[in-house]
Amino acid sequence: MFHDACASQACVIHASWWGGVQMGPPDPILGVTEAFKKDTNPKKMNLGVGAYRDDQGKPFVLSCVRKAEAIIAAKQLDKEYLPIGGLAEFSKACAQLALGPENEVLKSSRSVTVQTISGTGSLRIGANFLARFHPGPHDVYLPKPSWGNHTPIFRDAGMQLKAYRYYEPSTCGFDFKGALDDISKIPEQSIILLHACAHNPTGVDPRPEQWKEIADIVKKRNLLVFFDMAYQGFASGDIDRDAWAVRHFIENGHNIVLSQSFAKNMGLYGERVGGFTVVCKDAEEAKRVESQLKILIRPIYSNPPVNGARIAATILNTPELRSLWLEEVHGMANRIIKMREQLVAGLKKNGSSHNWQHVIDQIGMFCFTGLKPEQVERLTKEFSVYMTKDGRISMAGVTSGNVGYLADAIHAVTK
Amino acid sequence: QGSTPRAISIVPQAAPVAVFKLTQDFNNDQFPNKVNLGVGAYRTDEGQPWVLPVVKKVEKIIVHDDRLNHEYLPILGLPEFRSSASKIVLGDNSPAILENRVGAVQCLGGTGALKIGAEFLRRFYNGSNNTKTPIYVSAPTWENHNAVFSSAGFEDVRPYRYWDAEKRGLDLAGFLGDLESCPEHSVFVLHACAHNPTGTDPTQEQWKQIAEVMMRRKLFAFFDSAYQGFASGSLEKDAWAVRYFVSSGFEMFCAQSFSKNFGLYNERVGNLTVVARDADNLKRVLSQMEKVVRITWSNPPSQGARIVTITLTSPELFSEWQENVKTMANRVLLMRSQLKAKLQALGTPGTWDHITDQIGMFSFTGLNPKQVEYLVKEKHIYLMASGRINMCGLTTKNIDYVAESIHEAVTKVQ
Repeated sequence: MFHDACASQACVIHASWWGGVQMGPPDPILGVTEAFKKDTNPKKMNLGVGAYRDDQGKPFVLSCVRKAEAIIAAKQLDKEYLPIGGLAEFSKACAQLALGPENEVLKSSRSVTVQTISGTGSLRIGANFLARFHPGPHDVYLPKPSWGNHTPIFRDAGMQLKAYRYYEPSTCGFDFKGALDDISKIPEQSIILLHACAHNPTGVDPRPEQWKEIADIVKKRNLLVFFDMAYQGFASGDIDRDAWAVRHFIENGHNIVLSQSFAKNMGLYGERVGGFTVVCKDAEEAKRVESQLKILIRPIYSNPPVNGARIAATILNTPELRSLWLEEVHGMANRIIKMREQLVAGLKKNGSSHNWQHVIDQIGMFCFTGLKPEQVERLTKEFSVYMTKDGRISMAGVTSGNVGYLADAIHAVTK
Repeated sequence: QGSTPRAISIVPQAAPVAVFKLTQDFNNDQFPNKVNLGVGAYRTDEGQPWVLPVVKKVEKIIVHDDRLNHEYLPILGLPEFRSSASKIVLGDNSPAILENRVGAVQCLGGTGALKIGAEFLRRFYNGSNNTKTPIYVSAPTWENHNAVFSSAGFEDVRPYRYWDAEKRGLDLAGFLGDLESCPEHSVFVLHACAHNPTGTDPTQEQWKQIAEVMMRRKLFAFFDSAYQGFASGSLEKDAWAVRYFVSSGFEMFCAQSFSKNFGLYNERVGNLTVVARDADNLKRVLSQMEKVVRITWSNPPSQGARIVTITLTSPELFSEWQENVKTMANRVLLMRSQLKAKLQALGTPGTWDHITDQIGMFSFTGLNPKQVEYLVKEKHIYLMASGRINMCGLTTKNIDYVAESIHEAVTKVQ
């Protein structure tokens, strides 16, 4: 219909506006999955995947989620816009889950929680908020290493990135001394980001007594604490245990900011369910902060998507579903723990001389195996075991059916 | 209680977003005959929200499909959603699509699509990270346009002449004048149809003139298409301007929203359609947009995109959707013609042709702030200070009251 329009004088296709746009670098994790897909080896394993898999290696939709969906469908609700800050019953339940329903912060209404686009969206809103309102140094201290997306998020918001020691390669464990040492030197009023539990990518978490010391030194340095909690319940199987650090810091007098994700612990990945919380001095301050969070949210996406938040709220606020959820999240965490144990047992059985205790000590979805890049490459080339170059494996990709193979493969490249 | 780094204590209270405050005030009003002509969502003749019948059908399909799970979508979104959504606005047989130079990013509503487009432009358009590139938005425009572009880093968001308050129509001369005098490479945010808030669209001839100047002066066309189908009832008709620009050879963006035409407001379904010169440029552009998405929301929500995709890719459901869209468009058209007729019958001073000349959800009544205040305070009829009314707020039950109240406002308040 319009083909002949191009014959007219007005139609000149210029050189593209985008001639100077470079190809963006390929996502490293995506690259792993792409290569995995192409591999024809029937024994191949994808240990790059950051999503839970059941013992058949399949995505797992929680029963409590299906039940919640049925309840919601029956209600025949309308599709009117949510408020900018999201579904109120979700935000409230989200905060209660993290802090505990009896928390003094909630009782005095001195916090604000907004619904966000899962963990990423929460971190982004948090970063934007700090960039605009934080009068201290705009330096965000991340543990070394941290989730790959932390750096670009904070950087794009205008913050500077710094690091504190965290992972000790020689033990595949926590460099407690190094962490305290570095944290004690952080300039006052800087921002420190802490993984609440199931550190990504290492799986290495501080023990409670270590958290206490960290809290003390952070307080001495007067740092603003930014907790990232993406695995509550998923780490130990117990939601209160996994939130212990967050709650301790608050009790200890820190007015934290907190990002939460329900991607993993409710399996709601693609529904994008998360929350961002600011603990304030008092209710009045919380109201002011809330008003500013809305100003930050509106020009990005106006208001958040309802579906996942409604599912999460229904689960959290319906006693039978909540109980079912706690069982299921416990089940997911247990399967991971079992796979860790079986992997180590398999390696021992194969006669491995190495100490694999860290595989059991580490917690959550990921395991920093300690494998070197050359060993990782051999695992991929010779055994079709796919993982990221840093030696990180997703335990979620391990099943009772393939853990033996994995133990054989790892032993082969490390003996 | 607790120690606060001095940070948060200096956060000032922000003013509420006007349109939401209006609805809040409406909700708090106890007057039995109150009318809400504020927020932009469709309402039935009973004044109720309307979940499209086809949407209800598709939601049932989704809930009963055990093969579906909640896994992450790709960063750029559901592939079938992106392609079918782009086809909706450009036409199945768009030469640009056939030439493989059309791509898309699934985004969170129309706002999200504008955001990703804006962030990309700030980084890569007119140089590198050129925050001084002027962004032109119509005077008036949707109030969030300004914020989207300025929060993306653009320092110079300016109005282009659009609404002629005196003649209650398009200020074409002003519009063309701004197109001729603006700096080269300026970005223009164009409303594809059903201009928000005025309801006044350029005619096809006027669009041709606009396109000619934009092409000649190397201006960037960024379409905002939030009402396709909803305006006239015809998807093709409402996409005419976008398709004309594509056929004229523009490289351009079109931010699409499915909030109104699918009634999926709270599922946040949007699509940023990218038309590039060729497939290679397109590929590079999408790869960089992916990076922007990753640090904003990582990947988009699946529910709404699934609903739209299932509907658009099934001939039966697609037809049903078109009927649902016509239902909405027709009710709005009916309210327009009835409101005009009643005002004319009342002999309300002024001309009221603009009510039926204008198109889409909104009408710029031409009422001044004092008259608006009168309506809100004295008559409990809620509308924006600009005089913008949402035609969907009118029903056969309240239209007489509204017409009479407008008559009062115009005759009593100057």
